Amino acid sequence: MKRFLNPTVASLPPSGIRKFFDLVATMKDVISLGVGEPDFITPWTVRESGIFSLEQGQTMYTSNAGILELRQELTRHLALTLGLIYNPESEILVTVGASEAVDLAMRALLAPGDVALVPDPSYVSYAPCAIMTGADVRYVPTRASEQFRLRVEDLAEAYTPEAKLLVLSYPNNPTGAIMTREDLLPIAEFVREHDLLVLSDEIYSDLTYEGSHTAFASLPGMWERTLHLSGFSKSYAMTGWRIGYVGGHPDLIQAMTRIHQYTILCAPITAQVAAIEALRSAETAKQEMVAAYDRRRRLLVHGFREMGLSCFEPLGAFYVFPDITATKLSSEEFAEQLLHEEKVAVVPGTAFGPSGEGHIRCSYAYSTEQLKEALERISRFVWRRL
Amino acid sequence: MLSDHDHRLLKLIQQDCRLTPEELAIQTGLTVENITHKIREWEDQNVIVQYRPLINWERAGHESVSALIDVKVLPQRGYGFDKIARRLQKFPEIKAVYLMSGGYDLSLLIEGRTMQEVALFVAEKLAPLEHIQSTTTHFVLRRYKQDGIELISGDEAPQRLMISP
Ligand SMILES: Cc1ncc(COP(=O)(O)O)c(C=O)c1O
Repeated sequence: MKRFLNPTVASLPPSGIRKFFDLVATMKDVISLGVGEPDFITPWTVRESGIFSLEQGQTMYTSNAGILELRQELTRHLALTLGLIYNPESEILVTVGASEAVDLAMRALLAPGDVALVPDPSYVSYAPCAIMTGADVRYVPTRASEQFRLRVEDLAEAYTPEAKLLVLSYPNNPTGAIMTREDLLPIAEFVREHDLLVLSDEIYSDLTYEGSHTAFASLPGMWERTLHLSGFSKSYAMTGWRIGYVGGHPDLIQAMTRIHQYTILCAPITAQVAAIEALRSAETAKQEMVAAYDRRRRLLVHGFREMGLSCFEPLGAFYVFPDITATKLSSEEFAEQLLHEEKVAVVPGTAFGPSGEGHIRCSYAYSTEQLKEALERISRFVWRRL
Repeated sequence: MLSDHDHRLLKLIQQDCRLTPEELAIQTGLTVENITHKIREWEDQNVIVQYRPLINWERAGHESVSALIDVKVLPQRGYGFDKIARRLQKFPEIKAVYLMSGGYDLSLLIEGRTMQEVALFVAEKLAPLEHIQSTTTHFVLRRYKQDGIELISGDEAPQRLMISP
């Protein structure tokens, strides 16, 4: 039946994560550091509000852009925490996870012949979503020696006149890198000079462990040029609810809403109601989760350095990205052999782009007991290789 | 005022007092010396009063009975409720003593091996005390949550995927 497939879809490479997923599924007693979602359960007050909305019979569609009350809460939240000003009526769209917002943004902006610049390594969905519009992708490499920040020199190197869109994704999955205001300013300058639009996926912004997060759209002149993407999955441990949002210039939001209205209609109402509650009353719960991640982050970085691996200190998200080249294994070999020999699942860095080679992604969204056990197993494995 | 650092450190110790200063240092980014010094200071000042586990006696198979007792007291001139409260807290059977707002004055938590034992304690030791006007005993039938920990959850831990992007 393959001949019926859209050639663009047929040519999408299989996700490097999928392959590993299938492998892990065949094994027992595996400790996994392979997940990209919180181990916490959604705070009770948020779950309770979802349950109550179901009890009340709130089971209908909402307006395409999302419940106005949620958009209002979001604009209040964005102004308060990041200094971003949006009009809830026309500049915010509530989506089915940040994932949908990524897809909508690519489809609303890119056409065949356009080029999207994507930091490498980064979250798995940007390149495929861009490619499905018929556009091309150019990776902008980032390196451990630069704390995996995007450098303007590399951006200039990857740039082509067809480039229309730059993806930013900080705090970064898989590296845990953050970009401070000082790091972002030259990027903003480049964006202005080359007339680019920016898709800034800041879903991990609350999980920043040093200093405070700077939203790209808050930089001078960047508001119009930036789609600010975020969601509830990571900050509020709400992955399964499927709820995210995007803020930006009304022309862009309107175009994205048009696609959204034909393809999705609206985000699930229960999740929208719960999201309102999350913004109103889950701040303390969120802070407690952030404090727990911070402790685990230190534990994991310490553990890898003790093994003799070089491990750059990630200051955001919930991943560490140690350098495993000392073992003389490739990322994939390391991950596969570790799984077979010690039953620990990690994700090879290459699943997130070619610059991930030489690294593995380990999530610390696990209890400290699990992390300690995993570290012990990994260090046994590493010591046999050093 | 307690600093943010100290608050976090104390909470961490409260969650798991078995963590060594070395482990605490790794997880907080503070130095071992700093942590050891802090802990000693808190112990000296009775900020950290004791280290002990939370035991689910019911699950351990040990039968015991607890009751919450509302006590109405005649306040004493010059002492208010302090004198009687200080007297009550000496009884080993009484595990907690709280001064309350509302319809009664003191709330006591009493533990014993049997209902009979608790009832006798109230009738023979507590009620006859000078200044105590009345007592109302409520026996605890089941403990669902204690010290912020759910004792009976029964829910299976939800499963995450082993690998996700
Ligand atoms: C950087 C990044 N963006 C977006 C997503 C998807 O989030 P959502 O659950 O909101 O679709 C993830 C999930 O792993 C992510 O890591």
